[in-house]
Formats: sequence, C-alpha cells, structure tokens
Amino acid sequence: MSSTNSSLKELFLNGIIKENTIFKLALSLCPSIAVTNNLKNGLYMGAAVLFVQVMVNITISLMRKVIQPKVRLPIFMLVISGWVTVTQFMMAAFVPDVYAKVGLYIALIVAFASILARAEMFASKNGLLPSMADGLGMGTGFLFALTTISFFRELVGKGSLTVPTGLATQHVFTFVNTKPLLIMVLPAGGFLAVGILMAAFNWVDAKYLKKSTHGTH
Amino acid sequence: MGSEFTKLFELIISASLINNFVFTRFLGLCIFFGVSKKMETAVGMSITFTSVMMISAAISWVVFTQILVPLEITFLEIIVFIGIIAGLVQASDTIMRKVSPGLYYKLGIYLALISTNCIILAVPLINAGEKYSFIQSLAFGLGSGLGFALALIIMASIREKLELAEVPAPFKGLPMAFVVTGLIALAFTGFSGLITL
Repeated sequence: MSSTNSSLKELFLNGIIKENTIFKLALSLCPSIAVTNNLKNGLYMGAAVLFVQVMVNITISLMRKVIQPKVRLPIFMLVISGWVTVTQFMMAAFVPDVYAKVGLYIALIVAFASILARAEMFASKNGLLPSMADGLGMGTGFLFALTTISFFRELVGKGSLTVPTGLATQHVFTFVNTKPLLIMVLPAGGFLAVGILMAAFNWVDAKYLKKSTHGTH
Repeated sequence: MGSEFTKLFELIISASLINNFVFTRFLGLCIFFGVSKKMETAVGMSITFTSVMMISAAISWVVFTQILVPLEITFLEIIVFIGIIAGLVQASDTIMRKVSPGLYYKLGIYLALISTNCIILAVPLINAGEKYSFIQSLAFGLGSGLGFALALIIMASIREKLELAEVPAPFKGLPMAFVVTGLIALAFTGFSGLITL
C-alpha cells in the first residue's frame, strides 16, 4: 500500500462515511444509545473512543513484526484494555462529572468489536502512517455518529443543547420553551433516534452517494 | 435466612426485568441485533450466554476479592476480567468439542461471539463496583442472563413476523429493528419501580 497523501485521505474518509461504525456496520452500538441523551456526554464518549482507536492502531502497527500470529488476539486485547484504562483515569481526573455518568461505558470500550476489528484487519498489516489515518477516520466516524445522535436527542427531547466550552465549563442553549418530546431523552427514545437516523443515512446514501461509488460494490 | 432469600429473588427480578441489560442499560446490542433474526439462533445464544455468564461471574468474584483486593491492584480490573472471560470462552470451547461434539456443533458458534459481548464484561465490573457477595454475584449473573434471553426471544419472534411486513425502503433491516426495540423498551419502562432495592 502506497502512503501518498491522497490514499491517506481516502483511508480517513472511509471510516467516516463508507464504513461508519454505527450507521453502516452497526457495531459498537451500546454507547451510541446509552450516553447520547445529551450532547456533552456524546462528545466526550466519542472523543474517548477516537483516542483509544488511534493509540491502539499506533501500538499494534509498531508491534506488528514482533507479535506471534498465534497469540495475537490476547495481545490485542491487552493493548486495548491498557489504553482504555489510561483513558478511564484521564477522564476521571479531568472531567469527573462526565465520568460519573459514562464511566461504565468507557470501561466497556474494551469489548468494542470495531476497535479489535481495525487492529486485526488493518493495523497489524500496515505501516504507522496508514494505521494512524485509519484509526483517525474510524474514530472520527464514531465521534460524528455519537454527536449527531446526541444532538438530535437533546434538541428534540429537551429543547436545549449543552455545549462544553472548556474542560469544566459548559453552556446550555435553550431553543424551545414549550413542552419538548420527553421520550427522546428516555432510554426508549435512544433506540427510536438511532433507527430514524440510520434510515436517514440509508436514504441519503441511496439517493446521492450510490451514484458516485457505483461499480465499486 | 428467609429475608436473604427474598433479597436474592429481588436481585434476579431486578436484573432481568427492571434493569434489563438490553432495554435499560443498552449493553450487548451488537449481539442482540446480530442473532435475533431467527428463533433457533436466539434460543441457542440464550442458553450458552446464561451459562457462561454465571461461570464468569463466579470466577471473577473469586479473583477480584481474593487476589485483586488484598494486593490493592483493583485498577487492573478491566484487564483481569477480560483475560478471565477470554480464557473461559476458549476453555469451554475446547472442553465442549471434546466432551460433547453434538452440543458443540449446535452452540459452538455462539461461544466465539460471546467474548465480544459487553454484558459479559459489565456483570463482573458491576459486581465488583456494588461489592456483592458471592451468592449475590451469582444471582446477578443469572438474572442478567435471563433478562438477555427474554429480550432475545421477544425480539426474534417479532423479527420473524417482520420479515413479511411491508417496510419503507430506507427503514428495511436494522433501522426497523431499532424502532421495534424502542417500542419494547418503552413497554419495559413499565417495570420500573416494581421493586426498590
């Protein structure tokens, strides 16, 4: 694989649109519903996944020549859980109020199929730069999905948006003063929101994107 | 003794119905949407899942309280638990293949899937966080397994019918499954407040 700029950009975009973890592959769905009832939690969760994905890809790519193929899965799991523990500590230290809500789901990043899959399918076979681009793309795709879902849910469910303006500060924008659709911030609303957004993603994809990528599938 | 038994019963009911992993904690969704297309696979997955869950809850409890807590290295819990689960899944895979090939042929494929299921990791983590006793941990594992089985079976029976329904094109497949799950989750919120632990 050549590591020219254009192919790096392609790798990056691939993770965001064509193989978007949540909307396209439907993997790692748990946090997409659990933590997306407000924009701030969604943003931080997405950022945590982005960080872990990039660091895991870098580590695996650097270690790919010394890992024995037979024991690769346990080693991948160890690398992933190591980075997840690091993330967990950083979040507990810098954003304790977010951590109190999403802590369990941060720990569960370990069991994300998407991260293990990228380590196995990509980082263990490719050099440092493509692996970084791939990790950034996949992670950004995840962040994008989580942000979209939580934006939608908070806006419809509460009529407001919580935007973090610094590590500890935030700004709450209020748009609607009438009664919002409370169901969207309830657990059940999460499933409905993801279902609706997934359908929207499919619709846009079928209408506009299929033409340009026609023939590659 | 009597009240303790009631507590355990409450724990099982609470883990399976009120705090159902799929509908209120949103864990194990990948597996949930992956294997709920057919009734047969749903039942197979439920059986395998509940048994692995109980065993892993037991082993994790022993390792956590007897090794991690005395040595004060509880921050390693994620790494240790995932190791236990991966080892356990691998071991039961090997044992099942040798001891009962028939059962392996039927359920073996679900075993491999289980290690990517977040519920199986969440149960030991919650057990450790809540400082449950050994029996309570087992009860929590059983309740969670039963809850997951219930969710899978409800979903599989709906999706089998859904195959024949006319669904708008963009909603075909997964998006519709999500909307259906949302409606079931709405029904499950009715259980909240049934037992206050």
